[in-house]
Amino acid sequence: MNAKLLAAIAICGMTAPVWAEEQPITLKPGPGKEVVENNCASCHSLDYIQMNSPFMNGKVWETEVNKMIKAYGAPIDEADAKKIMEYLTATYGG
Amino acid sequence: MGTGLNRRQILQGVAGGVAIAGTGALNGGVPPAWAAGKVEGLSPAVPAGLQEAAILEALPGKKPLIKLSYRPPNYETPINYFNSVYTPNDAFFVRYHLANIPAVDASKWRLKVGGEAAATPFELTLEKLKSDFPAVEISAVCQCSGNRRGLFAPHVPGVQWGYGAMGNAKWKGARLKDILEKAGIAKDAVEIVLDGADGPVLDKTPDFVKSLPLWKALDENALVAYEMNGEPLPEANGFPARIVIPGWTATYWLKHITSIEARKTPFDGFWIKTAYRVPLGKFPTVQHFTSQETATNTPITEIVVNSMFTNVADGQKVSAAGPVAVQGIAWDGGYGIQSVDVSTDGGKSWQTATLGEDSGRFSFRPFSFSFTPGKAGPIVLMARASNKIGQSQTAELIANPGGYHHNVMHRVSISAA
Repeated sequence: MNAKLLAAIAICGMTAPVWAEEQPITLKPGPGKEVVENNCASCHSLDYIQMNSPFMNGKVWETEVNKMIKAYGAPIDEADAKKIMEYLTATYGG
Repeated sequence: MGTGLNRRQILQGVAGGVAIAGTGALNGGVPPAWAAGKVEGLSPAVPAGLQEAAILEALPGKKPLIKLSYRPPNYETPINYFNSVYTPNDAFFVRYHLANIPAVDASKWRLKVGGEAAATPFELTLEKLKSDFPAVEISAVCQCSGNRRGLFAPHVPGVQWGYGAMGNAKWKGARLKDILEKAGIAKDAVEIVLDGADGPVLDKTPDFVKSLPLWKALDENALVAYEMNGEPLPEANGFPARIVIPGWTATYWLKHITSIEARKTPFDGFWIKTAYRVPLGKFPTVQHFTSQETATNTPITEIVVNSMFTNVADGQKVSAAGPVAVQGIAWDGGYGIQSVDVSTDGGKSWQTATLGEDSGRFSFRPFSFSFTPGKAGPIVLMARASNKIGQSQTAELIANPGGYHHNVMHRVSISAA
């Protein structure tokens, strides 16, 4: 559990964290992995990333991350967004 | 925004995988790989990342389904369940866009009917929904717009569905038309906006809200359904009531429906204006959602004609002495299945399959075909359905960015020995 995730739960008025009951998704190691976990997992489980791999190149991952921020309102700052794109491209890219 | 989510319940159901039942053997040959329990029935065409990550898991009250994502929950129906015309409620696929899913208490549930173009807004309890309107039951296929997205080549981003983001059920409920008529819809109404109890995790994420053209909402087959195959709707399929739009893809079939509003102007929510769009003129659909059409794209509407084999899988071995009895299902957007052709030589020659019972033009239509290989060697089976307005399945994928409308002819490679 991290600060951003707790904040997201607080925003939603959820009573208790139930994430632990979800089977943990272990992403592949690489620089930026924690940034991905901290930002993305508050709205969706990380199997979305595994499922959409390895066919997406850097440009497509960039489009997806931007979609999460612009269309879905994910509160991810620019520095984190860059790290997320780099991790996804290097680790789950095609 | 709901609290309590049955995410907790959903996650409680993630006990170990259970072997899925095999189907009737074709001719006593080796059962298909997916009968073994692991998710081995996944098409080799789905992304490698999904093949590694997918598992069979049971949500509360459900049989083990193919888990594509936990949260929001996206679970697909294994192919063997499609050997029945009706898909069992406990094996019916689950699809959510957003992860805030409240557990709906039927006694507290209300359906609000109104909007700027409704003269007499009102509210319904579940009892009133059942008692105030004639009950109608319709067999209809509920198919995700992105069913088979995972088979796209090249792949496109999204939930990487195989063949099972669909199901067929007997839906019982009140006609949407009867409900709208009670609300006194104005002559200049153009769209009906639908919202359900599920919503986003973050306030800034657009809630899953959809609209329908008024004429489609007034279609006598459009329902607010409270029963599915003679039972209350499963929680993960929209309890206590959902919208049913026979012939149109499931994006319009809102679950846990709580609000129906008539509008005089086109609705501009994200899920209708931006998402679920197909390039204009690329698909041979008859019904269009013109109030939402742009110069380049249009909301997805009808289900395109489709078919699949259900009792045979890639790699299966059959006896060359035969007979080999294959079966499957065909369906379309409600024009009705005219015929299904089967090829045993990869599409070089075609023969007519026997159609099974007709359960209505919106339902799965079973087909069967028996043949004797005669000699050992590879066999490439293909199925091609045609509907009553002359539409047929495509041989080549019609590419589109959303990964919708995949109706490429099903192809299964087996071998005779």
